[in-house]
Amino acid sequence: MEHIISVTVENKFGVLSRIAGLFSGRGFNIESLSVAPTLDPSMSQMTIVTSGDERIVEQIVKQLNKLIDVIKVVDLNESDFVSRETALIKVHTRQEDRAEALRIADIFRANVIDSTPATYTIEVTGDPKKIEAIINLLQPLGIKELTRTGRVAVAREPLRFSAAQPKKVARE
Amino acid sequence: MKLTGAEIFIECLKREGVKTIFALPGGVVLKIFDMLHQQKDIEVVLTRHEQGAGHMAEGYAKATGKAGVCLVTSGPGMTNVITALADAYMDSVPLVCFSGQVPTSLIGNDAFQEADNIGLSRPCTKYNFLVKDVNELASTIKEAFYIATTGRPGPVLVDIPKDVSMEKAEFNYPNSVSIRGYNPTYDGNKWQIKQAAEAIMKAKKPILYVGGGVIFSGASQELIELAELTQIPVDMTLMGLGAFPGEHPLSMGMLGMHGTYQANMAMHYSDLVIAIGARFDDRVTGKVAEFCPHAKIIHVDIDPTSIRKNIHVDIPIVGDCKAVLRELNQILKATVNGEQKELRKAWWDQIREWERAHPLSYQQETDGPIKPQYVIKRLYELTKDRDPIVSTDVGQHQMWAAQYFKLAKPNRWLTSGGLGTMGFGFPAAMGAQAAFRNRLVLCIAGDGSIQMNMQEMATAVVSKLPVKIIVLNNRFHGMVRQWQDLFYEGRYASSYLDTTPDFVKLAEAYGAVGLRAGKVGDLDGVLKEAIAIEKPVIVDVPTYPYENVYPMIPAGGCNHQMILEDPPELKNKQAGVGQASPKDSDTILTA
Repeated sequence: MEHIISVTVENKFGVLSRIAGLFSGRGFNIESLSVAPTLDPSMSQMTIVTSGDERIVEQIVKQLNKLIDVIKVVDLNESDFVSRETALIKVHTRQEDRAEALRIADIFRANVIDSTPATYTIEVTGDPKKIEAIINLLQPLGIKELTRTGRVAVAREPLRFSAAQPKKVARE
Repeated sequence: MKLTGAEIFIECLKREGVKTIFALPGGVVLKIFDMLHQQKDIEVVLTRHEQGAGHMAEGYAKATGKAGVCLVTSGPGMTNVITALADAYMDSVPLVCFSGQVPTSLIGNDAFQEADNIGLSRPCTKYNFLVKDVNELASTIKEAFYIATTGRPGPVLVDIPKDVSMEKAEFNYPNSVSIRGYNPTYDGNKWQIKQAAEAIMKAKKPILYVGGGVIFSGASQELIELAELTQIPVDMTLMGLGAFPGEHPLSMGMLGMHGTYQANMAMHYSDLVIAIGARFDDRVTGKVAEFCPHAKIIHVDIDPTSIRKNIHVDIPIVGDCKAVLRELNQILKATVNGEQKELRKAWWDQIREWERAHPLSYQQETDGPIKPQYVIKRLYELTKDRDPIVSTDVGQHQMWAAQYFKLAKPNRWLTSGGLGTMGFGFPAAMGAQAAFRNRLVLCIAGDGSIQMNMQEMATAVVSKLPVKIIVLNNRFHGMVRQWQDLFYEGRYASSYLDTTPDFVKLAEAYGAVGLRAGKVGDLDGVLKEAIAIEKPVIVDVPTYPYENVYPMIPAGGCNHQMILEDPPELKNKQAGVGQASPKDSDTILTA
């Protein structure tokens, strides 16, 4: 089963290779991995999309935690989460296809971020199904280049039904 | 006051209480060696190969419980020490290895004797550091010792570029270390420990399965207390030997592939396995699907990744063995009563029956070839009063030593378990001898494995490390030969060593003492003579070449299905062959 694991790490050189080495050395899968600094520049946030049965994912989480440069590990599948991915798609556009390309972009609320007489570069953000869908639709026009960020994800905040509660605490 | 990187290095080692380091110089670490030469607090044991330095540091660490320290140069110095780092990583040995590196300005330029030390050592160290700034050297060394010796211990590498060892910085040694991503859990979860105590009280067929974690945690006393209090039999892993007294009536000896019959049968038929500081290695579990089919499993380990890695655990307890056992004993002391003894009477009857049915055995004829088991048995009898430290290499002799040399106390047993490194034993014994100059240190080796780090005999002689090596010389890679006899129809592909060196002359060439015991009747006398000599000694004992290690659980086999003796076809074959002559390779190859 697919799992999305959010990992907070030290923002130091060599950390990425420790993580990648852990996965390759123990035969765990990485489907995608994205990294960027957090609000605190001494730390980085990684989102790793991996797969495996319950026992393997438990090991992945434990092994990540064991790495000294890893500060926090959260298996997002343990609760509800939202995830997004961005793709940049450069499509060939003959004169007669240009309107079609724009229509498709519009349907997916994607943006054209670069344009030449023969190409559009379309930026689209969404869950993997949405990205797949727009790629499928654009394919007949001819995709020249495609680059995807890999997924980033964050846990949903639990819904608070008694919305007054936190305010009351604040007043006290 | 400002100090150079090399001086800071020495000051840090002194503050960590390091008395001995194992080292071999080279271009980029010359400044450090120059400073070591000008001080007297830290002894430098100059090894002949960096692998030797690494294993010596391991032996030092295993015998003392403190971190072992080695120092090597860049490039080949580093690649040579990798085997020792990997060995220490598998067996959780606290080790701090310092490697030289080309100057920071040259890193990545394929400079002379440059290697990516961080990249090379990453998969076989607990952590590694490249020190890019001399101002960070002291705090890095402090962190290295902290990481190596806390939690589940392991090797840590500190890579020091040449310019960092020469530049100056203000020396400040931090008093404490705080690493936000590293907080080992020492105290076990109280609720879980209570659950474990309840399970122990109820179990009819409990068994303790203890490993090297008990030794590193210093929990032997607590373990003895637990076993005696609850009258539960104790199985030890290869790494755990010495954690519980080998001659204790509750000791079942070693378990696993070459464990005793009773140890493996007790595991298989147990209803409660209490694993302490052990990691369910494949040499212990055999076939995972049929491992301990009737048992509930309690697993105490400081490393959470060890728990549920190989097998399902019912009561996991993450924590230090000593702390957890103390807590557990406290609960049990208040609850244990006479009932448990009654509850487990049938279990003990069964265990004693297993012990009687298939004890460890071998046949030694007084005028026949010397049997390797007999050598170890005699060595044990003749030395046990001196509380020796015993190291081994890897192979048949290692298994026989584990079976017949019954250790009374922890930190006496130096062996390569996880990685199975031939060539480990001799340098490891030297490391222990460097820590305890007046103790008796024995190295039980095979004629194959001793040759893998033979060059360290020069170190032993020069540095006055009077290790006694007993070579069980069967002219074979014995364990390979055993597998070939059992599983490859006796085709001895590259396992016969043909002309081995004359170990007596070899010892003499190095300035050590060489002795040989060629007949059963000579053995005791020669061993006694060797032990009395105050120099390094090699005792060459030609042994019967076709002896096999039993019991044996074939790889992937089930724990209660042991091979207990040579299969009939093998017996017949050997009866025809007799003792092979070392020069007569044809006899052996066509046998």
